[in-house]
Amino acid sequence: MPDSEIKNNYEPKIVAFFCNWCTYTAADLAGVSRLKYAPNVRVIRIMCSGRVDPQFILQAFASGADGVLIGGCHPGDCHYSEGNYKMLRRFRLLKRMLKSLGIAEKRLRLEWISASEGEKVKSVINEMVEQLKVLGPLAIPQSLDKINEELKEIPEEEIREEEPAHA
Amino acid sequence: MPDKPKIGFYWCASCGGCEESVVDLAEDIIMVADAVDIVFWPVAMDFKRSDVEAMDDGSILATMVNGAIRTSEQEEMARLIRRKSKIVIAYGSCAHMGGIPSLANEFPRQQIMDFMYEGSPSVVNPDKTRPMLSVKHNSMNVTLPEIRNLVRTLDQVIDVDYYIPGCPPTPKLLKDAVLVLLSGKLPPKGTVLSPDEALCEQCKHKDTKPVDVSFKQFYRPHMVIIDNTKCLLSQGVICMGPATRAGCEALCIQGNMPCSGCFGPTSRVKDQGAKMLSSLCSNISAKDEEGIDAVLDGIPDPVGTFYRYGLASSLLRKKIPEDV
Repeated sequence: MPDSEIKNNYEPKIVAFFCNWCTYTAADLAGVSRLKYAPNVRVIRIMCSGRVDPQFILQAFASGADGVLIGGCHPGDCHYSEGNYKMLRRFRLLKRMLKSLGIAEKRLRLEWISASEGEKVKSVINEMVEQLKVLGPLAIPQSLDKINEELKEIPEEEIREEEPAHA
Repeated sequence: MPDKPKIGFYWCASCGGCEESVVDLAEDIIMVADAVDIVFWPVAMDFKRSDVEAMDDGSILATMVNGAIRTSEQEEMARLIRRKSKIVIAYGSCAHMGGIPSLANEFPRQQIMDFMYEGSPSVVNPDKTRPMLSVKHNSMNVTLPEIRNLVRTLDQVIDVDYYIPGCPPTPKLLKDAVLVLLSGKLPPKGTVLSPDEALCEQCKHKDTKPVDVSFKQFYRPHMVIIDNTKCLLSQGVICMGPATRAGCEALCIQGNMPCSGCFGPTSRVKDQGAKMLSSLCSNISAKDEEGIDAVLDGIPDPVGTFYRYGLASSLLRKKIPEDV
């Protein structure tokens, strides 16, 4: 994990998947209403939260995102009637699976935000940024690079002194 | 006599089942042995590393490597084999995707060593002896390979040309692969030598798979008596068929057991586990959190269920340490 200095200056990166009909429109509304919120999100517009393949979420984490936020219509309001329920079900299991893979629960968040809730976009994003700052960077690509340094070939003639394994 | 094409077999972190599957060729092994020269096969014949080192680079037509890569010695052997072989084939789930050994990526190396050399109830080790990488013995320097921090797939260590999936691959796949190699009509590099469609397409229960499965409860195989005339998913048993590549001819399902996913994903899918999770969850009937969680309680170990053969090749590859 990072030392405190990195942690203090660190700005989390959030990948957000917002559905076209509710949350993306709400984010638009937040903009039009000139609401200020943390600039840490990269919003990806999708037609429905039900389109969020868990692969997208894992890919985001694996590519260096510190958090993933999914925004969809409130239950019962889905433009395609059931898409948000599909997302909710995946989210429930994915959250548990990510936990057993060591990813903190707060790094993945699902919110129902209707087209009129610009204020909620702002508060959810601000809150998530604060929580991620407390957690510190996830930095999966960097930690993998570090582990992969062990793959570098060592010259064969190098004679190793007595050393304990895996200290 | 003109030289026959040279073939090698090698094993890394594996159980030996893949080697077994070569012998399972039965009479066909005579055809294979007639058509090729087996120049390296430590499990069955007496070859040493120095024999391989003495060969010309690229002199072996193809080497099939099974097993995941966990130790420094396996890395060295993989690199040596890469130099000596025109074609390297990752043979079996472990070389292809990490296999069951890669579930070790759920634990840090230290924890595994602590358990294996001290914590395990069957271990008696009062002196807390641990393997040494290097030790002086009678003025000789004796060394052991290092266990690495990660279990890796073969293609995370060396360049791999083709993959034969399966735990273990079926003799048919091996025979077909040898025939392809001998024919010289090689498929594009990176091809998985098995049909690129979901297992459901080969399954005898295909017609009984409902369009809307609507799970109300998940059962593990020991909890129910499985009806051998119906799709297992329709009975609430987790069958990895929809997210798994075809090629095994649904052997497990013929044995009345669900598919556990050893053939890996099709070419359109990056992460088999995530895709299966997606497919299963979407079809749960409940719509509220409590109801959904109650159904999902039927999957006590999602990582072991969805990534049984492929944690090393999944998008996250391992457990992230110390993220609270």
